[in-house]
Amino acid sequence: MVPFAGFEMPVLYESVIAEHRAVRSDSGVFDVSHMGVLEIDGPEAHRELQRLLSNDLDRIAAGGAQYELMTNEQGGIVDDLIVYRRAESSYLVVVNAANHKTDVSWLKEHFSSGVELRDLSDERAMIAVQGPRALERLGLEPAASFSFAEIDLFGVPCTCARTGYTGERGCELICAVEHAASLWDSIVAAGVVPCGLGARDTLRLEACLPLHGQDITPETDPISAGLGWACALEKEFTGVERLREIRDASPATRLVAFVMDEPGIPRQGMPIVPDGRVTSGTHSPMLDKGIGMGYVPARKSEPWSMLTIDVRGRPLWAKVVAKPIVTSSKKYKERQGEG
Amino acid sequence: MAAAENYPADLKYHREHDWVRIEGGEAVFGITWKAQDMLGEIVFFQPPQMGVAIAKDGSYGEVESVKAVSDLVAPLSGTVVAVNETVQTEPEKVNDDPYGEGWLVRVQLSDPTEVDALLDAEAYKQLVAEG
Repeated sequence: MVPFAGFEMPVLYESVIAEHRAVRSDSGVFDVSHMGVLEIDGPEAHRELQRLLSNDLDRIAAGGAQYELMTNEQGGIVDDLIVYRRAESSYLVVVNAANHKTDVSWLKEHFSSGVELRDLSDERAMIAVQGPRALERLGLEPAASFSFAEIDLFGVPCTCARTGYTGERGCELICAVEHAASLWDSIVAAGVVPCGLGARDTLRLEACLPLHGQDITPETDPISAGLGWACALEKEFTGVERLREIRDASPATRLVAFVMDEPGIPRQGMPIVPDGRVTSGTHSPMLDKGIGMGYVPARKSEPWSMLTIDVRGRPLWAKVVAKPIVTSSKKYKERQGEG
Repeated sequence: MAAAENYPADLKYHREHDWVRIEGGEAVFGITWKAQDMLGEIVFFQPPQMGVAIAKDGSYGEVESVKAVSDLVAPLSGTVVAVNETVQTEPEKVNDDPYGEGWLVRVQLSDPTEVDALLDAEAYKQLVAEG
């Protein structure tokens, strides 16, 4: 167990690699109750969220969820989060544990009247079930990605969202804290493998899903991070002018994914010689190679560009690849730059 | 499958969790059960070059697990005469069999009297038990 944002979290149950592979080949379950859950209601909730978040809430209807960035005046990323639209005046927002308090104060500070924020984090648990066989194991029918519904699963009422952080199909379940242990036990009894924080990190990195605090921060912007798709630059929101400038000028640096061409494992903070840095790095259990993400000058950001990573004084070759690096439905090809 | 905790009596131990098997004027080095258990699944072994001189208590290479990297501390001084190539392609051998197939390097000792400063299995076990 390790402390993480005030929670005691298991890094692994049995083996990071075995848990990781279970999620790519079958299914795994993660306790992600450390995530913050906020309820935002009121006649002005729609207007206020449109003003403070990057994506356009009118791209989704009730029962739809959306990936959003919360940006500051400089276009830097305060946090990334998911908004669930229940009605025009009612939303559920799931934020990162490490930024939970910052987000709540940021929103309260910037909301004007007509909107109410309730922090449900202490009352709600969140369980993610991920993998190509996850839904089948739970007896759930497939549904559109990023949709959600109120369901009853193994006798537990929960919000079931078709979202996740592994690059696989599956769902994230939000339920009352007092039902969490029974829901967890039923899911494990259905043959889903318990997974810890270690596998969560290797899975999200293979899938090239950014981690706030590493790959994206208040000092980095969504355009350079490749998250322009989650920014509705035609609407007005905090920092949008700066983001339009970055888009119009084209970013000077970009967040790329890379695979090591030589034995060695890149780690967060290592230099990409001479003018970049690794923001996340690990050993890929699917490729059995070092992989990572990092910021590099735009001219080196196309797939097939070669990078040199300084691994504790050893200069090692790495190759830029298209995102995601690998998931169960996207096989890694050595020559993917051509395909 | 990870090995069960054990510290063979015929080996000598360095407090940084390395073991030594003395074979005449040469010695084989590896990391102990405790070391591999603390690191977790080993996924990478960066060996020293053949013929390079390594110094007691100095770093002679690295092993990495999914989450962490660790320097390999030389329990004795000498010259590297062999490197376990199996562990380079199958680093999990260090977890499976830390004292057998998971050995790391073979060294020609430059000062065999250094052995006297190493721990025996009982003393090392006590060190591990004390945390």
